[in-house]
Amino acid sequence: MFADYSLAELGSIFVMQGFAGLILFSVFVLMALGLAIIFGQMGVINMAHGEFMILGAYVTYFTSQFFLNYLPGLFGAYFFLAMILAFFAAGALGMAVEWLMIRRLYKRPLDTLLATWGLSLILQQLYRSVFGPREVGVELPSWMMGSISVTDTIEVQINGLFVMGLTIVITVAVALLMYKSAWGKQVRAVVQNRVMAGAVGIDTEKVDRYTFGLGCGIAGVAGSAFTMIGSTGPTSGQLYIVDTFLVVVFGGAQSLLGTIASAFTISQAQSTMEFFLSGSMAKVLTLLGVVIILMLRPQGLFVIKVRR
Amino acid sequence: MLNVSRLHVSYGESEVLHGLDFKVAPNEIIAIMGRNGMGKTTLMKSLMGIVPTKSGTVSVGATDITRFKSYERVKNGVAYVPQGRMIFSTMTVQENIETGLIPRGESKVPPDIYELFPVLLEMKGRRGGNLSGGQQQQLAIARALATAPKVLLLDEPTEGIQPSIIREMARTLKRIRDERGLSIVVSEQVLSFALEIADRVLVIENGEIVHEDNRADIDEAKVARFLSV
Ligand SMILES: Nc1ncnc2c1ncn2[C@@H]1O[C@H](COP(=O)(O)OP(=O)(O)O)[C@@H](O)[C@H]1O
Ligand SMILES: [Mg+2]
Repeated sequence: MFADYSLAELGSIFVMQGFAGLILFSVFVLMALGLAIIFGQMGVINMAHGEFMILGAYVTYFTSQFFLNYLPGLFGAYFFLAMILAFFAAGALGMAVEWLMIRRLYKRPLDTLLATWGLSLILQQLYRSVFGPREVGVELPSWMMGSISVTDTIEVQINGLFVMGLTIVITVAVALLMYKSAWGKQVRAVVQNRVMAGAVGIDTEKVDRYTFGLGCGIAGVAGSAFTMIGSTGPTSGQLYIVDTFLVVVFGGAQSLLGTIASAFTISQAQSTMEFFLSGSMAKVLTLLGVVIILMLRPQGLFVIKVRR
Repeated sequence: MLNVSRLHVSYGESEVLHGLDFKVAPNEIIAIMGRNGMGKTTLMKSLMGIVPTKSGTVSVGATDITRFKSYERVKNGVAYVPQGRMIFSTMTVQENIETGLIPRGESKVPPDIYELFPVLLEMKGRRGGNLSGGQQQQLAIARALATAPKVLLLDEPTEGIQPSIIREMARTLKRIRDERGLSIVVSEQVLSFALEIADRVLVIENGEIVHEDNRADIDEAKVARFLSV
């Protein structure tokens, strides 16, 4: 498949497809981060995670529309506000869902799986009824369009760089929150031993609720990033949830570094192969690669070594 | 300080504690002695709100805590060193102690905790899971003390620990009691340790308290008989 290209061309293609994969990578990282936080915290696999992302995407779309109609002068800045709104909208919905549903099912993992799957269907229908079945797309502000030429043959999209930078900031913020803040210590204590965390005075139910909200909020931000690579419809989240599970499992469920490395590997592999093969073929190969590596390393890429 | 009255605890249908009554005064150490399976851990867990209370009351000072969740009990002055220690193994020594501080809005480990356990200061950056058994036991006690308790519960603290360290632990526990005026409840199977620290010894058998002695007039042979299999 490489035969039609010269070596220099191949190099450029790899670099450019690599950069083109940046937004996908960012969406993966943010989605996986949220999913992994929730799974690590309470062992809940949130099947509705994609719908939280889509809520963030809708919020971003409506913010852009609002700016377009009422604050056209500030259109260049809408994305920043949209991200913050997306975080809080998805986070608030997450906390409500935790309170209404998830907390009653903690000791029944299979039921949470079904319940969150049901929730994803409900949310999809809700989006369809409220926002309409039609897919919507945002308009990018002019400063995010276009690309930077690195060399004659290599061009890098500005919005890709931007979203990438954003993802780095959020990932670092989450890492600081988890590993440096008092809040993060409580979360980690609950993850390690819920009963004992309660017995040292931690309100584990409150920690659960906020952690679930945080995970969903990050999915909302992923939704903001998502508006740059795809159009938003009621069922757009579905397409991403499987890939995200893949990222989490591949990375090793409890390691931040693993999540990032695995999101990077998977998005890059996919993006690069998509150039040469069809999208579905690229996906098959990616999946195959992941399966083989997981057979060799069932615990995922990274694990913390400690006596328990 | 700690008041337990007619405490009944069951796992599902099977009742394990059949109406326990005892009080612990401030500055007092009591030992709950009993063989394996007699209900010591169940008692500790129910006092901590981990296993629900079926009937009866538990109070700390004037506060009835019978229906409180674990974290609310901690707020009211109960602290717990579980059997098997249960430290947070992937967190550092210092972080382990801090988990007990955070709910009170504190962040710095009080120096007197490291004074009690100098080895923890030396190892504060190590992961808890990489400590020896005796060090983990000290860490579990330090973590409990970080919550500034009035009542300290220890479930078989000597289990799986070397004799020399057990003697040191007895000294430390007495020191903690003297310096802080705590009420301490310790469950034990090792009579010598109990005799060394306890002001009062209660014997639990099949979920009932069957014998009680002040240390001054303890019938050692009789208590030992309860403990032998
Ligand atoms: N989770 C549980 N479910 C049902 N029965 C239990 C449970 N834990 C302990 N038991 C029973 O309760 C009794 C007391 O156990 P325990 O409190 O652990 O005793 P001890 O700490 O004195 O060894 C035993 O008969 C034990 O089998
Ligand atoms: Mg026990």
